[in-house]
Amino acid sequence: MNYSSYITLIPLLPLAGFIILGLFGKSLTRSAGILGTFLLLVSTVLAFYTAYNYFFVSGKINGIYPPVTALHYTWLSFSPGLSIDMGVLVDPASVMMLVVVTFISLMVHLFSLGYMKGEDRFATYYAFLGLFTFSMLGLVLSTNLLQIYIFWELVGVSSFLLIGFYYDRPAAVAAAKKAFIVTRFADLGFLIGILILAYYGGTLDFNMLIYRLTATNLSPLTQTPQIGFMGISLLTWALVLVFIGGAGKSAMFPLHIWLPDAMEGPTPVSALIHAATMVVAGVYLVARLYPVYLLDEAVLQIITWVGALSALLAAIIACTQTDIKRVLAYSTISQIGYMLFALGLSGYGDTATGYSASLFHLFTHAFFKSLLFLGAGAVIHFVHTNEIREMGGLRKLMPLTHITFLIACLAIAGIPPFAGFFSKEEILLAAWENNRFGYILGLVTSGLTAYYMFRLYFRIFWNRTPSYSNHHGEGSWTMKGPLLVLAAAAITVGFIPFPHFVAVNGQEEITVPLRFSIAPVAVAIAGITIAYVLYFKNNPLPRKWALAFRGMYKLVRHKFYFDELYLFITKKIVFNGIAKPAAWIDRHLVDGFMNGAGWATTRLSESIKALQSGSVQNYMLYVFGSIIALAAVFIYWT
Amino acid sequence: MSSIPLTHILFVSTALFFIGVYGLFTRRNLITMLMAIELMLNSVNINFVAFNKYLYPHTLNGVFFSLFIITVAAAEAAVAIAIIINLYRNHRSIDVEDAQEMKY
Repeated sequence: MNYSSYITLIPLLPLAGFIILGLFGKSLTRSAGILGTFLLLVSTVLAFYTAYNYFFVSGKINGIYPPVTALHYTWLSFSPGLSIDMGVLVDPASVMMLVVVTFISLMVHLFSLGYMKGEDRFATYYAFLGLFTFSMLGLVLSTNLLQIYIFWELVGVSSFLLIGFYYDRPAAVAAAKKAFIVTRFADLGFLIGILILAYYGGTLDFNMLIYRLTATNLSPLTQTPQIGFMGISLLTWALVLVFIGGAGKSAMFPLHIWLPDAMEGPTPVSALIHAATMVVAGVYLVARLYPVYLLDEAVLQIITWVGALSALLAAIIACTQTDIKRVLAYSTISQIGYMLFALGLSGYGDTATGYSASLFHLFTHAFFKSLLFLGAGAVIHFVHTNEIREMGGLRKLMPLTHITFLIACLAIAGIPPFAGFFSKEEILLAAWENNRFGYILGLVTSGLTAYYMFRLYFRIFWNRTPSYSNHHGEGSWTMKGPLLVLAAAAITVGFIPFPHFVAVNGQEEITVPLRFSIAPVAVAIAGITIAYVLYFKNNPLPRKWALAFRGMYKLVRHKFYFDELYLFITKKIVFNGIAKPAAWIDRHLVDGFMNGAGWATTRLSESIKALQSGSVQNYMLYVFGSIIALAAVFIYWT
Repeated sequence: MSSIPLTHILFVSTALFFIGVYGLFTRRNLITMLMAIELMLNSVNINFVAFNKYLYPHTLNGVFFSLFIITVAAAEAAVAIAIIINLYRNHRSIDVEDAQEMKY
């Protein structure tokens, strides 16, 4: 199958949107959004067409879907062995991501038509969305490490721009800066990892790299005893560093602090970037390099535990937050932790279950989490606040949002037959088979997830009689439509036989035994029940419980004091220990040298400036005097 | 002809040169300074012709050089006088001590 004719259009159309809207957006006003949405609609159709062609027309060869390099050209050629290429890689994971990114982005574009109506910088907003979609699609389709790094940074920039969209709000500016700095810090690790892999693997290309590192033992990376640093092999270093980059982008513990703050951006942006697409880039990156990661079990163990810990901690924190978007943000961290947990699990022997379970969860999560965010956006649009303590009883006022939000909550809680159930089952199955302790952590997280999601749901839609009048309705159809479509997706996508399409070595279906599902579903129902007891009606129970566990509640409410810890490290240790001495050296030594040179020159010229008297005859005197002196030197000296 | 030794001629030219230098340093009138410069140039001309005549009588290099210098001196005089006229238009004077603005 030849994809090259149309596949480049998929990322380039949003880019065209970015350029057009960025240059002429001011004069387009309202139609800017429609133009951006239309371009993306074409992209989405092409993405679905690609998926159809790839999965159903081309089909499997030798039991697996073969990776296809649909487009390839050498961009910078340094030497015969080293060049930086640009290309389009089509394989099951990238096709899956292509569909997810374009589809969610399209929904967000549509939703924003209503949500962002009347904004001053409406066209700019759509331009940034186009830039983001372009970068994300480029990232997904990358054929090599450097290309993915370029788009990785582009994604970071567009995220920065969109978080700081309301640039007149100091909190938004601070959040944008924080997100950029934290992810940039992690990307440093990513870059070093890329350089190590490229240097010792001899290539940047994914397929080539995987082939060289796994199929032959010639690579110096795998000959661990000779080359290493601090007693750890270079392969391990490279993989850990690459994973740090992924963990930063995916907001994994302990680099998660930027994601909750990133909620300062417009809500549809949170749905697109900080829930469904960009933050799963870390998972995608690890999945892309998965065969290489399989070489090193230790790194996979790190990934497992980082994922499990992030999932659990974020779920605990989410239980105490009262800002609707922050709850969802922590829930995102928790779910991505789940994905990485599953991805790491595969290192324990059984290779395929965790991999496809992880990507399956990524797939389903994108739908129900963007649905949750867009629902939250509709709620915020209606009540003009993020605080769930000020909401309540909205089910009568916003019936459609209520139903779709409920569907999304059921999906994320893992209640059959909604999408989240299927992917979560597979993850838990992989955990059960490989790591019992991890399984228990996963189960606890699953229960907590059900609890905090339904806490949110009951608190917003039930709890007490609404104090709002139904003055401007639920929102236009551009806002309701995406909610309905995503709700339909959240119900149905779970039935897709995902492992059939995306698997590391073409392994067929994963069958989850029926009785295995009992425990997770029971835990989820328990979580929902507790949330029901506490929050269905306005009662003093939550306050009482919080008082009973006062110390713990306070610790969790303050997010385990991570922000404070980072502030302490940066403000007190880094600032006093590194920045201040550096500033002193800069101000006194570097600047001192410069100022000294300037001062000396000034003094010198002050003292001899009288030589330039303006009198011609004086100058002639100097000339003749010098000539006579030179003559004297030449005659009597030599 | 050859009864006059070379050193005498060189003495004349050196004297002429330093008379020129002296005039250049002591005169304040630009026209006089220009004349002093002409003296110095002509002392060089004498040197060229004398050396050519006494040391390399078969060639004419020195003579050509002095012709060349005379030409250049004529051009230079024209330029210098143009400058002096301009100076006079601006300062109403051709005294060098009145034209000392180009200093620190």
